[in-house]
Amino acid sequence: MALAQVKADLTDVLLARHAVPTKGAGWASEARAEAAARLRVMGAPVRRDEYWRYTDPASLTAADAPEAAVLAVDEEPIFGAVDRLRVVFVDGRMDADLSDDLTGEGLTIEPLSQALATDIHWAREVYGVLEARGQTPVARPLAALNTAVAGAGLAIRVTGKVSRPLALTYLHHDTNSDAVIHHVIKLEPGADLTLLENGPAAARFNKCLEVDIAQDAAFHHVRAQGRDHERRAVTHMFARLSARSVFKSFTLTVNGVLTRNEAVIEFTGDDAHATVAGACAGDGVFQHDDTVFVTHDAVNCESRQVFKKVLRNGAVGVFQGKILVKAGAQKTDGYQISQGLLLDDDSQFLAKPELEIYADDVACSHGSTVGAVDPEALFYLTSRGVPAHEAQNMLVLAFLDEAIQEVEEDVLADALRGRLQEWLARRQSA
Amino acid sequence: MLEIKNLHVKLEEEDKQILKGVDLSVGAGQVHAIMGPNGSGKSTLSYVLSGKDGYEVTQGGAQLEGADILDMEPEERAAAGLFLAFQYPVEIPGVGNMTFLRTALNGQRKARGEAEMNSAEFLKLVRAKAADLQISNDMLKRPVNVGFSGGEKKRNEILQMAVLEPKMCIMDETDSGLDVDAMKLVAQGVNALRDAGRSFLVITHYQRLLDHIAPDIVHIMADGRIVKSGGPDLALEVEKNGYADILAEVA
Repeated sequence: MALAQVKADLTDVLLARHAVPTKGAGWASEARAEAAARLRVMGAPVRRDEYWRYTDPASLTAADAPEAAVLAVDEEPIFGAVDRLRVVFVDGRMDADLSDDLTGEGLTIEPLSQALATDIHWAREVYGVLEARGQTPVARPLAALNTAVAGAGLAIRVTGKVSRPLALTYLHHDTNSDAVIHHVIKLEPGADLTLLENGPAAARFNKCLEVDIAQDAAFHHVRAQGRDHERRAVTHMFARLSARSVFKSFTLTVNGVLTRNEAVIEFTGDDAHATVAGACAGDGVFQHDDTVFVTHDAVNCESRQVFKKVLRNGAVGVFQGKILVKAGAQKTDGYQISQGLLLDDDSQFLAKPELEIYADDVACSHGSTVGAVDPEALFYLTSRGVPAHEAQNMLVLAFLDEAIQEVEEDVLADALRGRLQEWLARRQSA
Repeated sequence: MLEIKNLHVKLEEEDKQILKGVDLSVGAGQVHAIMGPNGSGKSTLSYVLSGKDGYEVTQGGAQLEGADILDMEPEERAAAGLFLAFQYPVEIPGVGNMTFLRTALNGQRKARGEAEMNSAEFLKLVRAKAADLQISNDMLKRPVNVGFSGGEKKRNEILQMAVLEPKMCIMDETDSGLDVDAMKLVAQGVNALRDAGRSFLVITHYQRLLDHIAPDIVHIMADGRIVKSGGPDLALEVEKNGYADILAEVA
């Protein structure tokens, strides 16, 4: 069968598996229909697509979500020590009883369905808009699918400095759940929000986050993806940065058979900063893919991509990161580092760093390394009496810490460190 | 304390014999020095004793207080009381000096069936020892050896030695890369640790260090063997005449 036909048939499968919300304002229905049309033009992702060569999307495009056992978790929620405004989703549906009142100083929060049912609403300028902008030059069909069918999510408008982080928790209760969540966030000039996310969300999770950041606003994002072993997730983050704005995102991933996190960042105003960082640790059946695209289309902006992956027992880590500097985006400072630490010979780290530069006064650097634990360091530690497994854990944590240091808030960074220590300790006793 | 008998060692990866029958007996409380030209096997001896990968013992053995150490893992040797002060202390970004030292100390204590030291006791202990060696709080807080000068790295080795209180200390060219003042400081640190229950094996190229750390016995190593042993005068002889005379004499 010709490739185009395969992609078209798969697209039908994708669109058939989710009920398109019928409620909605005219503009919202249009946005959904346009997204479905975009998806049909792109076609569903297949392994032969350039940006899916290292990660097989088959289980993401299959009609049914592959079953994922629910992990009984006995620990405190990861950001439990942080005073936060909580919103809880269970298998992709918001649970108002488990959530706090959706009111907070400096921000308004509405369920997505409500925003999309309102005729005149700011979300119109964001919903599906940033996602559509992010479809060129690289297609992201599962994000278009999300826009076309998402029924759950939040519309968040931030007007000032929000002191309490907004924490979204995604619980997974149903072994076959197939969740689609879409959030739109608009930060007004000078606004400041910290968004926390954690949890597996579902057996299969498709999440899309669109963030529009006005001048002088700052968006901080820290996420810990749930550690249910069989869960699958494809997430997209689309961010548009105005002048002097800040975007900082960090993701911690342990476990999960398949995770694909895409980040699409666009600088449209001068003097802005964006950091996308992540640390992951995988053991066994684990495919973790970070695909990042940063477009510099303004002067004097700085972008950082920092990704670290620790892999063992056949785990696979993928990094596809690109910096595109458009003509005129002078004084761009683009930095990109991706590193894999392989704890055995069975694991793989696949990296594809890309730079495409059309301006002549820029500083862009990229580095990618893959290696094993340094035997000299290991010997030094053990020769002092540190047990071998503890010495290795110390070196693993030290390796990942270079990414965790991108998180500004110490309390959040320490929570992430704690999660990794627990993960390593569980492997020790197993 | 340390008994090395007819120790033969080759490189694991290639067919190259480095140690060709080393015999050495270090008594409790003694300080022995090993001198010798480049390539004589001095550093290999220190690595083999402390358990570094890459070497194969083909003959002979080594005992620490009667226990065969060559079959032990490096951390077991450390718990048994062996300590190697590295010629080139390793920089470990991301691992804090204090965390490292405390994990090491408690790892040893646990292995010996002793109670672990809590952080308050540990902090007190380290601060006291660090002050003697002029090691600042800032150095203690930094990652292991990262950004340390050559002298700071060597002082950090001695600090570890002081905190871990090993029975058998091997010092591999601890004087290399040190200026006179730093060498005195390091020697003071070592001398402060000398007692009847602790032995030292000091590997060095130069007699200079032995002015500050007075040895009981000096050995000359050449081509994988100890070819001559004697009192402190032997070191002076090397300093004056070089190795050539001695090597010619034993050849």
